[in-house]
Amino acid sequence: MKAKEFALKLGLTEQEYGTIEKGLGREPNENELGMFSVMWSEHCSYKNTRRELRKFPTTGPAVLVKAGEENAGVVDAGDGLALAYKIESHNHPSAVEPFQGAATGVGGILRDIFTMGARPVAFMDSLRFGRPEAKGEAGKRTRSLIHGVVSGISHYGNCVGVPTVGGELVFDPAYEGNPLVNVFCLGTLRHDQIRRGAAKGVGNPVFYVGAKTGRDGLAGAAFASRDLTEESKADRPAVQVGDPFVGKLLFEACLDLYARPDLVVGVQDMGAAGLTCSTCETASRGGSGIEIELDRVPQRETGMTPYEILLSESQERMLIIVHKGREKELKEIFAKWGLDAAEIGYVTETGKVVVKAGGKVVAAVPARLLADDAPVYEREAKVPAQLAEKQKLDLKKILPDQPKVKEDLLKLAASPATGSRRWVWNQYDHMVGLRTVGKPGSDAAVLRIEKPGGGWVHVAMTLDGNGRWCAQDPREGSKALVAEACRNLACAGAVPLGLTDNLNYGNPHDPEIFWQLREGVEGMADACRFFDLPVTGGNVSLYNQSPAGPIHPTPVVGVVGKVEDGVRLVPGVFGKGGGVILLLGTQDSGGLGASLYLQEIHGVLAGKLGKVDLATEKKLHVLMRGVLKLTGVRSVHDVGEGGILWALAEMTFGEDSAGAEVALACSQGERPEEALFGEGAGRILVEVEEETVTTVEQLAKEAGVGCHQIGKSGGADLQITCGSVKERWGARELRKLFTESLPKALEG
Amino acid sequence: MRFAVIQFPGSNCDQDCVHALQVLGQEARLVWHQETKIDPEEGVILPGGFSYGDYLRCGAIARFSPIMPAVKAAAERGQVVVGICNGFQILCEAGLLPGALTRNEGLHFRCEKAYLRVETPASPFTSHYVTGETLTIPIAHGEGCYRASPEILQELEAQQRVLFRYCNAEGQVVPEANPNGSSHNIAGICNAQRNVLGMMPHPERCCEVEMGGTDGRGILLGAAGIGRKI
Repeated sequence: MKAKEFALKLGLTEQEYGTIEKGLGREPNENELGMFSVMWSEHCSYKNTRRELRKFPTTGPAVLVKAGEENAGVVDAGDGLALAYKIESHNHPSAVEPFQGAATGVGGILRDIFTMGARPVAFMDSLRFGRPEAKGEAGKRTRSLIHGVVSGISHYGNCVGVPTVGGELVFDPAYEGNPLVNVFCLGTLRHDQIRRGAAKGVGNPVFYVGAKTGRDGLAGAAFASRDLTEESKADRPAVQVGDPFVGKLLFEACLDLYARPDLVVGVQDMGAAGLTCSTCETASRGGSGIEIELDRVPQRETGMTPYEILLSESQERMLIIVHKGREKELKEIFAKWGLDAAEIGYVTETGKVVVKAGGKVVAAVPARLLADDAPVYEREAKVPAQLAEKQKLDLKKILPDQPKVKEDLLKLAASPATGSRRWVWNQYDHMVGLRTVGKPGSDAAVLRIEKPGGGWVHVAMTLDGNGRWCAQDPREGSKALVAEACRNLACAGAVPLGLTDNLNYGNPHDPEIFWQLREGVEGMADACRFFDLPVTGGNVSLYNQSPAGPIHPTPVVGVVGKVEDGVRLVPGVFGKGGGVILLLGTQDSGGLGASLYLQEIHGVLAGKLGKVDLATEKKLHVLMRGVLKLTGVRSVHDVGEGGILWALAEMTFGEDSAGAEVALACSQGERPEEALFGEGAGRILVEVEEETVTTVEQLAKEAGVGCHQIGKSGGADLQITCGSVKERWGARELRKLFTESLPKALEG
Repeated sequence: MRFAVIQFPGSNCDQDCVHALQVLGQEARLVWHQETKIDPEEGVILPGGFSYGDYLRCGAIARFSPIMPAVKAAAERGQVVVGICNGFQILCEAGLLPGALTRNEGLHFRCEKAYLRVETPASPFTSHYVTGETLTIPIAHGEGCYRASPEILQELEAQQRVLFRYCNAEGQVVPEANPNGSSHNIAGICNAQRNVLGMMPHPERCCEVEMGGTDGRGILLGAAGIGRKI
């Protein structure tokens, strides 16, 4: 086959082929084209999105390692402590092989974190599927995907001994053909422990450590950069197979290695594009070259070609460069952990990645050309033709003349969309490591982290996404996400330090999809700037579409923050009752546009979310953190999906929670359903002791934030009045529906 | 007292055990599985995790580790040996405790708090409690279903070697309170000499208020030979 023909077959364009030929000054061979096809895929090069990603604010006083510099961003948490964290998607692999797809997603993000020199201390997952209760084949497939993904995460995460402490699980028909599996990992380290992935020092040896190379995951990065089709199952060999036991040994061995002073020069994990990516990226960052001999690469299959070895995405492998003369120390450490450590090459001054097999050169490519000079495209963006129509909302046509709030809440409580996620997080070890404070299922997960000098720092984190909001208004929806994530942290008394994003969209060659992405990025960027929140990296996952169409535009944000000194953490559910319930923030419900209520109860996705008032939002967060320093605060919960009524219901779902009696404002011309189920931003519910009320009111007044007494906790019922509506539910009955909906949908 | 916390490749709760022991004022050192010595005055802890990836069968490979003869010798000398979760599985595989731990009845891994009924104070590990006392201690396992032959179960019961059983919040040992299908709701047992304890729940995870409870303290303090303060 002619080189050019082969290039096109690999998914490179004619123009890209031209650039490669020009850059090399000759016709590339097949190995080289294979290397370019993965390094220049969207997954590795962000060629379609790079221009957009530049819009994110990436700097700030807390940033120690910026977005794009290394495998993960690192921020300062004070006292010499740093946090490394990142989110990554494994959507396509999970769609065709859910168990291994999800498991290797966990393994991959784990490596990104310990590559930075950090000890991984927590995972979170953001998962999206179709409806599990759907009838027929679709429902059956969705249920099997959910079982597969959850057990894959459980398998890998539990075995490596890193707790899974939170996340989100969303069911929406929009993800039926293309589930989303986004995995987040947080690691901790001292400032002086940060590692870089640069190959420096001519003559320094390059080591391959970890598992052996096999044919699994061949060109997985390229697979992830295509639409999912009926034929995608044939791509199963492109899904890697994970071995969490080796993953655990690998990170312990690496942490042992880093602890030796001045031993390691550079380190890089072999994830997407495996050996190709790790050699060219380290060489490019170091301004150097690397020469490797493939015969020395540990292999678990015989007869592998150079092409296969270069593109394999076998898991649990790292590339490590150490100082010359210190080889023995590295070998000893890896021998202790029973892992392969092979010296496969050395650092050169040529600026090239030179690959030999049997002593013969089989590829020789400038590292920069491969790693950094991928083309950058300006994609066409167009406002979707249907958008204006979609954003219209005529409640008169949807809502019944007389509100049926009693039924509505029962239906909402019985839906798997809102049900307790205990079925999921019970399968994850969320406690190992003795850092997890509280249980999963709160607004934010909180960890205690050992300070370098002793004592604890408390760190809060959250994952938030909302495809519905973003489908109806990608810009405001994305802003609202960032606001919600920061609000979740505020409910744990934490100041946000940094954000990692996973941009899940459809095919960027469709101008309407690209418009969604651009709007999403700009909305997020605006909100981040407003909250002084640097974006420290993340992941872009495009081509999320199946024959049924694209997914909802679904940016997912992971925000990490530090709990302020003096904050007392409180639960998100009522205790024994007798507290006063305050609504902090606005009384504006934001209306029913893009709400869960309309989708779940009336089967309609219409309208759009109310505009987010970032200035008020920010004030609310400051106030919330202040309130958490008072004594007499009993519980706190933010108002999000499902609106204020759902938030109140959730507060009664604790094991021993009391009910509540609440009166909510319903403004002129507003339907009670809007007041009760609207998902507008900027609201937090706080339950306090009687004596604390005036102090909170005073603080709120000083902060210029609304503070409204809406009722009391107590009794066995949830009772509300709102305009013409006066209803009562048995809290126990609601709780039962809430607890049982998900297990029922999944296990029948 | 000083404890040797054995570290197998794949152990996950080794550091947690060291931390909990230190919180309780005890000394602890990590002992790599390839070492061969345990001091005669040390207590021994086999921590939770996935030793050797739990491939083949939980604990099946760890029993062949170079450290295991020393663990056996320590047990025979009467030193306390505590196997938690995967450590319990290893003790069973190694023959230091009878029976075996199989896949949870519901097949899922389960991580949640469990209520345990203390069956007898007659062991170092339960010396802080009274019979019938209810403890809240978390579990985190996929293979914690205790199985043994009828003869062994009878012997365990006759000799009061079942130290902990899964119960409900009211302390009743009922089938609904059994998280994994264990025979006789067994959560923890000891050997005939009463110095070797195997239990699936994790006492090291509940020694501090911030971690959600302190019911595990008595078990570890008891293992350290420290009596209950009255």
